[in-house]
Amino acid sequence: MYVAVKGGERAIANAHALLAKEGRGDAELPELSTEQVAGQFGVLVSRVMTEGSLYDPELAARALSQAQGDALEAVTLLRSYRTTLPRFGYSEALDTTGLPPQRRISATFKDLPGGQQLGATFDYTHRLFAEAPTEGPELADHTDGDRVSMPRVSDLLGANALIEPDAHPDQDATEPGDLTREPTVFPMTRAERLQALARGDEGFLLGLAYSSQRGFGSTHPFAGEIRVGEVEVEFDAPELGFPVPLGRIEITECQMVNQFTGSADSPAMFTRGYGLAFGRSERKAMSMSIVDRALRADEFDERIESPVQDEEFVISHSDNVQATGFVEHLKLPHYVDFQAELVLVRRLNREFHERQDHAEPVPSDLVPTVEEVLA
Amino acid sequence: MAPDSPSTSTVAPRITERQAWMRTLAGAERADLAAAWAGWQPKPVVHAIRGPEAGLVMVRGRIDAGGAKFNLGEATVTRATVRLQGATLAADTLGSSYVLGGDLEHARLAAVFDGLLLDGGLRERVLDEVVAPLAQRQSARDENRYVEGRSTLVDFFTVAREHQ
Repeated sequence: MYVAVKGGERAIANAHALLAKEGRGDAELPELSTEQVAGQFGVLVSRVMTEGSLYDPELAARALSQAQGDALEAVTLLRSYRTTLPRFGYSEALDTTGLPPQRRISATFKDLPGGQQLGATFDYTHRLFAEAPTEGPELADHTDGDRVSMPRVSDLLGANALIEPDAHPDQDATEPGDLTREPTVFPMTRAERLQALARGDEGFLLGLAYSSQRGFGSTHPFAGEIRVGEVEVEFDAPELGFPVPLGRIEITECQMVNQFTGSADSPAMFTRGYGLAFGRSERKAMSMSIVDRALRADEFDERIESPVQDEEFVISHSDNVQATGFVEHLKLPHYVDFQAELVLVRRLNREFHERQDHAEPVPSDLVPTVEEVLA
Repeated sequence: MAPDSPSTSTVAPRITERQAWMRTLAGAERADLAAAWAGWQPKPVVHAIRGPEAGLVMVRGRIDAGGAKFNLGEATVTRATVRLQGATLAADTLGSSYVLGGDLEHARLAAVFDGLLLDGGLRERVLDEVVAPLAQRQSARDENRYVEGRSTLVDFFTVAREHQ
């Protein structure tokens, strides 16, 4: 049980003033603007938006500045802020093939319609310190208006029935659950799970995905397709009566294709794992898709024996706002709790020594008093 | 309430037409909208009916890209509704806007131009003088992004194994 403390107002105010001063860095140097953070830390801003579950690059950049680069602190700022705004409603479902992606690659098919387009990527860099020129790529002359189409890789597989279908009849008959509105209840639907994974901690999901690759809940994933690009968001405003285009957001999508050797009821085929994240968040989207597939174990009669396959374990611990809140609350004053435990431990300790035949009861001055412990 | 109900003498736009200009107004830079409004004459009287106000829309994706819907995460959105009156309007119009982000003035200006566009007599002029230049700027940006992306088109070739 936690017993509250009072006081310390001036110390706390000064601590916050000191924090702000530390975060400002060298006062002789210009302060970072929100635009600079949004423009030059785009990947970090993407992570904060994804885990903060709020798409707004400007706000995420502001949160990062205030949090002095602490991603989880920035995520928490976004989560708090969103609670102050009214919800207008739900968007139409994004069409991730609606606009040409900046990046689109497949690790499964070399020659695919539209080609392999690397986009802005860290892949194939040497991972050595270097000064890269920033004028951008050398551009070829482009023939106007002649855009190459990029069908989904999984549709190519699906045409030959080698992969489970993505669409199902009556899939729009029911509304997906919304974890921001309803309490978490296990087992979840896949839609609810994806919502939780979408805002889950990148590092946690990366570790779980890695564990499944190493044999703890084995998956055999191939990156069927990864896309990064802008998509349009539409919102069916009730008073207007038609879907209104709101503008575009940048997203990263990963479709994992996983081997499935078949069961008594279904033939061998490829199965799917899906990852979707705000901004440029490729590691997150890939990890999410692997964990999504691992959590579908019961759908395919797979043995559930590893942490990554355990829905309650994964979902209950993937939210870093909850996780950091519970871990970090331990540093707040627990004087009364600890004093209670101290009394208990002292008594048990004394009883232990009293039971020892060959030992004298411990002199009480060997056990520290509360004052000594807290000094 | 239908957005164009106060106006009886104007031709109602097709929904796709209105979506097209709303897309352009939402995607425009706020500064460009402000400049366009500053230069617009004669100005009707603008009454704020709702907002501009900030809120959230829960963005939805589809499982496996083509399956059932799921909730991905929210996005900030601003919206505004204005009533335009006077100047050369045939009748009052109700302009609306929904725009991604937290810029209230962007939403207000987008609603004002939506209101002007709902007037059948003014529509051509607004499309020519305001919407077309904005759309052109956006498609130039899109074209540039597209060409940049295509410059990274890669042609992998598989190296044959030696003892095959």
